[in-house]
Amino acid sequence: MNHISEEQLVLLYYGESDEAASIDQHLVECEACRKEFRALQLVLNTVDSAPVPERGAEYGRAVWQRIEKRIGKRKQRRFAQWWIWAPAMAALLVTAFLAGRLTHKPVGTDVAKNQQIRERILMVAVGDHLERSQMVLAELSNAPDHVGKLDITDERQMASELLDDNRLYRQTARSTGNTAVANVLDDLERVLIEIAHSPTEVSSGQLDDLRQQIESRGLLFKVRVMGSEVRQQEVPPAPQKDGKKL
Amino acid sequence: MEVEAGSAVERARAGDSDAFRLLVEQHSRAIFRLAFRMTGNEQDAEDVVQETFLRAYKQLNRYEARSSFATWLFRIASNYSLDLIRMRKRHEDKRERGSDEERDILQNIAVDTPGPDRVVYGAQVRDRVNAALDELSPQERTAFVLRHFEGLSIEEIGASLGTGTNATKHSIFRAVQKLRKNLEPVVGHAR
Repeated sequence: MNHISEEQLVLLYYGESDEAASIDQHLVECEACRKEFRALQLVLNTVDSAPVPERGAEYGRAVWQRIEKRIGKRKQRRFAQWWIWAPAMAALLVTAFLAGRLTHKPVGTDVAKNQQIRERILMVAVGDHLERSQMVLAELSNAPDHVGKLDITDERQMASELLDDNRLYRQTARSTGNTAVANVLDDLERVLIEIAHSPTEVSSGQLDDLRQQIESRGLLFKVRVMGSEVRQQEVPPAPQKDGKKL
Repeated sequence: MEVEAGSAVERARAGDSDAFRLLVEQHSRAIFRLAFRMTGNEQDAEDVVQETFLRAYKQLNRYEARSSFATWLFRIASNYSLDLIRMRKRHEDKRERGSDEERDILQNIAVDTPGPDRVVYGAQVRDRVNAALDELSPQERTAFVLRHFEGLSIEEIGASLGTGTNATKHSIFRAVQKLRKNLEPVVGHAR
């Protein structure tokens, strides 16, 4: 038998070798391979020394306390079908935003101040919208591989409802010169249309197509980053030294 | 234990949140260990634990009892960790800088390894192991962690990550090669 390759030794170490008996026999006879295997064992055994922070017996309970409310929220959301009222709320916010721009004619420093306030109103709405969109994209991107059909009724319906919001926000962002937000919403809209027009049950091939759409545009990441930036812009400016707030 | 877990899964699927709580309590520590080994970061590991159970809850109806519930959770956790690591790698330059710093630290360790002080030496080896794990690509690290620490078979890992058996095997081989390259110089001192 020739000397044993590193790959064969790795499989032997993990108990996954199909030729364990013959390799064992070779190791008995061959000093060079025995030495090589010892070196491999030493390194892999050393890896076990990498420390992991300890979590006590109560950790599971603490995790449950952190997620319990969110699970409750997900349940409620499912029954309450938030997407029925969310577009209406979104439309209201954006209408208020646009109405402010068209009807109110402030003068002097009020212009900049009011503009900032309206931008923040828009950002709040867009931030929520991106968060909801991210959930839909993440659900599809991370759906487990499956045999047969996968039911995406929820995702499809959410995408369909998010589309109306998306159009409104995209147009508003574009009209107010917020090109970065408008571009992300533009990409998002195309994928939301694809999802909304998919069948309620998709094959693994169809799911791959949707994933491809999401991945090729780097959409999930763009939405995450934009959502995070928008959230930061939602935070009102710190009070000025004289105690006045904007 | 697995029978109890199986019945808890069934009850959780039927909407029993107490049953799901039992599953969370039972598996949280294992998911944390896996997540920490994959991300190398405590805060990220906490995020992974939380997101894993939220996703598991949402997808309970998709769980097929062909694999154990723990393996199914590992699959969700490892895929989410992979996303997290890839996202960082792609969009942050920090990783690159970190690797340079780690490389410097590694070189110093190799040169300065003290002979008699085993405690200090042990700590340095652990640092070096962490740095060596950070040198692996996301795919290599995931496959290696699932095989080495969690004891999943190569076939199970391939199915979990959707990469197939051969690609998984090669990820593990590459991971082992890199670990040997980085660790043998310092481990050699112990021999």
